[in-house]
Amino acid sequence: MKAFVRRFMSSPEGIAGALVLLLLALAAVLAPIILPGDPAAIVGRPLLPPFSDASFPLGTDQLGRDVLTRLVYGAQASLTVGLSSALVAILAGTLVGTVAGLAGGLVDEALMRVVDAFQIVPGFLLALAFVSVAGPSLAVIVLAVGLGAWTGPARLARAEVLSIRERDYVASARVIGMHPAEIAFREVLPNALPPVLSLVSVIVAAAVLIEAALSFLGLGDPNAVTWGGMIAEGRNLLRSAPFLSIIPGLGLVSAVVGIYLFGEGLVEALSIRGRRA
Amino acid sequence: MHRAWRLTKRRLVASIPVLAIVILGTFLLMELAPGDAVDAYLVSLGGGDAGLAETLRQSYGLDQSAISRLWLYVSSLARLDLGWSIVFNRPILDVVLERLPNTLWLMGAATALAFTLGSLLGIIAGARPGSAVDRVLSIGSLTLYAVPGFWLGLVLILVFSVQLRWLPTSGIETIASGKTGIARVLDIARHLVLPVASLGFIYLALFLRMMRAGMGEVWRQDFVLAAKAKGLSRRRIVIHHVARNALLPLVTMLGLQAATMLGGSVVIESVFAIPGFGRLAQEAVAGRDAPLLMAIIIVSAVLVILVNLLVDIAYAWLDPRVGGSEAAGR
Repeated sequence: MKAFVRRFMSSPEGIAGALVLLLLALAAVLAPIILPGDPAAIVGRPLLPPFSDASFPLGTDQLGRDVLTRLVYGAQASLTVGLSSALVAILAGTLVGTVAGLAGGLVDEALMRVVDAFQIVPGFLLALAFVSVAGPSLAVIVLAVGLGAWTGPARLARAEVLSIRERDYVASARVIGMHPAEIAFREVLPNALPPVLSLVSVIVAAAVLIEAALSFLGLGDPNAVTWGGMIAEGRNLLRSAPFLSIIPGLGLVSAVVGIYLFGEGLVEALSIRGRRA
Repeated sequence: MHRAWRLTKRRLVASIPVLAIVILGTFLLMELAPGDAVDAYLVSLGGGDAGLAETLRQSYGLDQSAISRLWLYVSSLARLDLGWSIVFNRPILDVVLERLPNTLWLMGAATALAFTLGSLLGIIAGARPGSAVDRVLSIGSLTLYAVPGFWLGLVLILVFSVQLRWLPTSGIETIASGKTGIARVLDIARHLVLPVASLGFIYLALFLRMMRAGMGEVWRQDFVLAAKAKGLSRRRIVIHHVARNALLPLVTMLGLQAATMLGGSVVIESVFAIPGFGRLAQEAVAGRDAPLLMAIIIVSAVLVILVNLLVDIAYAWLDPRVGGSEAAGR
């Protein structure tokens, strides 16, 4: 763990990413304290441009709601969906990949064809269909986004398991009569996990972008302020008040860049590069 | 050519079970939906009595068990009957075929842009790893890769349509302009510039990063050392030895990205109001047209299979080591 932190700290990208994410996470968590206003409340004159009024630093939207408050609450929605979908995708993918790799034969064949099927359907289209069928809510959106992202972890976990199960320590565990389930959870999984974890940042980033696109199309969580939803609302005023769609977009870009940079540090810390080379 | 044919046959056979799983998945998703196609159809008509609903259900076989409905679904798909669209009140296949060309143009142009410009910039970045140019391109591509396509589209509209007034904001061509021949082609091309850029730039960043990473690996290979020892110029080494060998993996990426790009075109076509296949998906969602949405999923799966087949054939053609004995063996 200590070595892990040291390797992470030696990567400038990782530190930069961690700082960006820390800032966003703090803003999201502390939102009710630093900006006590209701993001849905009408607080001022509509369409005040940014930097014109000190009480509304980023201006107000067409209904007179504070853009900064909405931006911070949007971070909450984005990060929640991004992290939970990635968690769902990685847990489901690792589970399926491990089962396929350990079971082999027909089970492996069947599971991998399901993975193939999920890979040839555009993830965004699948999420769109799932949300439109099940109705937009936070849980459905998390699941929908996760549905399009679990195949990568599944493939990687399976490949790792296939190579790990031939190693000596697994063979020894088998010889001393360890139960197959125990071998799976105590010997194979912990060693198959690091490479899968290197996918975390890519999956979280993709999840944030898919959530944004869904809410841009009006399929986001109807009870939350989302960056995608803010961009969609500002779209009709692109000519007169472009800041309404530009500001939440900048929030999205900085969040995703932060996630990618953090991921570079993570790859460094998990020393995936070192192992591959 | 014989080799390509064998490869095609093998890939198509392998994709049958995968496509079957996709079809089963869409069927289950439709079962999950509250109400059925008849309910949605009656709503779109503005209501109807229970008797009409009963007759319609019987004529579509919706009153039968799930198994026989699945059988009905699969057998009509096998006859290329994708069902009836509620929103358009027309056969789904007709609507899909009408919309597909616009999306294929959009995706084709975006792929071409991303691949050529991305690999070119990747070669420039990878030619001197660690140089200032390399750093700028790396940071730039990372940022570009984080930009959501639909937002980029809005920003491009703001700059090039609203401020500079160079390009049209939406649509695929000027409506009722009466343009024909070359003039019409140019008109369509003008309309496609911004959507293609919005869709393609993310992949441009991806190809740039892959090319650069690939070149980094090749620089360490023995034959590059040998080329250096022979005293070849740096330019020659970069182009003939390093870039050439790093280019091949990018071709496989084309196939892998086909599915995500198709998903991306849903949002881009909505931003630019392009009457394409992607926008059709959004219209199906807005109109609660589940049969149309499921047909779109199946058609995109078929499209992705075909694109991957083309990429495989191209790859086998570029790399003679692939597909020969392996194809016969499996």
